[in-house]
Amino acid sequence: MSIGHTLLGLLESGPRHGYDLKRAFDEKFGHDRPLHYGQVYSTMSRLLKNGLVEVDGVESGGGPERKRYAITDAGITDVATWLAQPEKPEPYLQSTLYTKVVLAMLTGRNAGDVLDAQRSEHLRLMRILTDRKRHGDLADQLICDHALFHLEADLRWLELTAARLGQLQKVVTA
Amino acid sequence: MTPAGSLLAAHDLRKTYGSTPALDGASFSVHPGEVVAVMGPSGSGKSTLLHCLAGIITPDSGTITYDGRELSAMSDADRSALRRSDFGFVFQFGQLVPELTCVENVALPLRLNGTRRKDAERTALAWMERLEVEDIGGKRPGEVSGGQGQRVAVARALAASPKVIFADEPTGALDSLNGERVMQLLTEAARSANVAVVLVTHEARVAAYSDRDVTVRDGRARDLEHAV
Repeated sequence: MSIGHTLLGLLESGPRHGYDLKRAFDEKFGHDRPLHYGQVYSTMSRLLKNGLVEVDGVESGGGPERKRYAITDAGITDVATWLAQPEKPEPYLQSTLYTKVVLAMLTGRNAGDVLDAQRSEHLRLMRILTDRKRHGDLADQLICDHALFHLEADLRWLELTAARLGQLQKVVTA
Repeated sequence: MTPAGSLLAAHDLRKTYGSTPALDGASFSVHPGEVVAVMGPSGSGKSTLLHCLAGIITPDSGTITYDGRELSAMSDADRSALRRSDFGFVFQFGQLVPELTCVENVALPLRLNGTRRKDAERTALAWMERLEVEDIGGKRPGEVSGGQGQRVAVARALAASPKVIFADEPTGALDSLNGERVMQLLTEAARSANVAVVLVTHEARVAAYSDRDVTVRDGRARDLEHAV
């Protein structure tokens, strides 16, 4: 995820302090991975340097100075360009699992066991995500669904490969 | 051999249709309140396993023990009575009685067990409320959506306070959103009532609502977590 673009996007609704930005990011997108303060301030320095944000005001209280950041017109254009740009789909062509299955066959091990172990691990994670979905809000549900659909696709591949092990064995050991 | 604490257990089941083996040494167990998914490719024998466990068909060999009783030692009449009193069923297409209203459908298992109509419908309505379909009680199955019909079927399965629910592809005819909701309501209701669920599905996202899964391949059931 591009933290810079996400923070810029959050600034479009109005100026915020670095702390507020971190909180908004964590609430909406952080879930398992909250931002470190250091990440926020280093990202804001870079955006400032590139003219995508500007300092809207500085508050000085008892502690350190607190800068309030505002997005610039160039920043708004940058967010729009990023949103309009489709993400590159993962090609999924480098499969560790495929390698393991073939190596198991080449070394006389049971390739079906490799697939079964993976299947079990995938389902275990799917159960955890389903449980989280059950107790979570809409954001949790959508994020977990994204992961669940991907895991389900993997499982379909595992099933299909399990059904083709005999064929593959002939090719691999030919 | 019955795993300790299990409510329903099958050992080394074999069943052949003509010359085709449907089950070839399948074993299975489920504990009270546990949701177990039975997975496997089409034709692997998972529906045959479910039908054997529910006493709908008799295996050629092997044992099925329910609550300490051997199913094959029971008469047909006793097995039918057991299905009515202790088992609930949900199929892919609700299989509701089209001539009855939804509330009458849900009340049906209770009526068959001798409950008075008023009491049966009161219990039925409470389950329909739980399944979020209380407002369609007066409609006939043909007048409700697929998702609503399936929730009515789940309410019917739960109405007579069964100890085991057998669900065969319960979301197979539903879209993702409705399927998810049905699974959520079914598993929540079953767990809170300590009802065991045997869930046959080929969809991993549906199986993810279970506590454990058993894979059937070529008529053999493999329980990876309990494998020895």
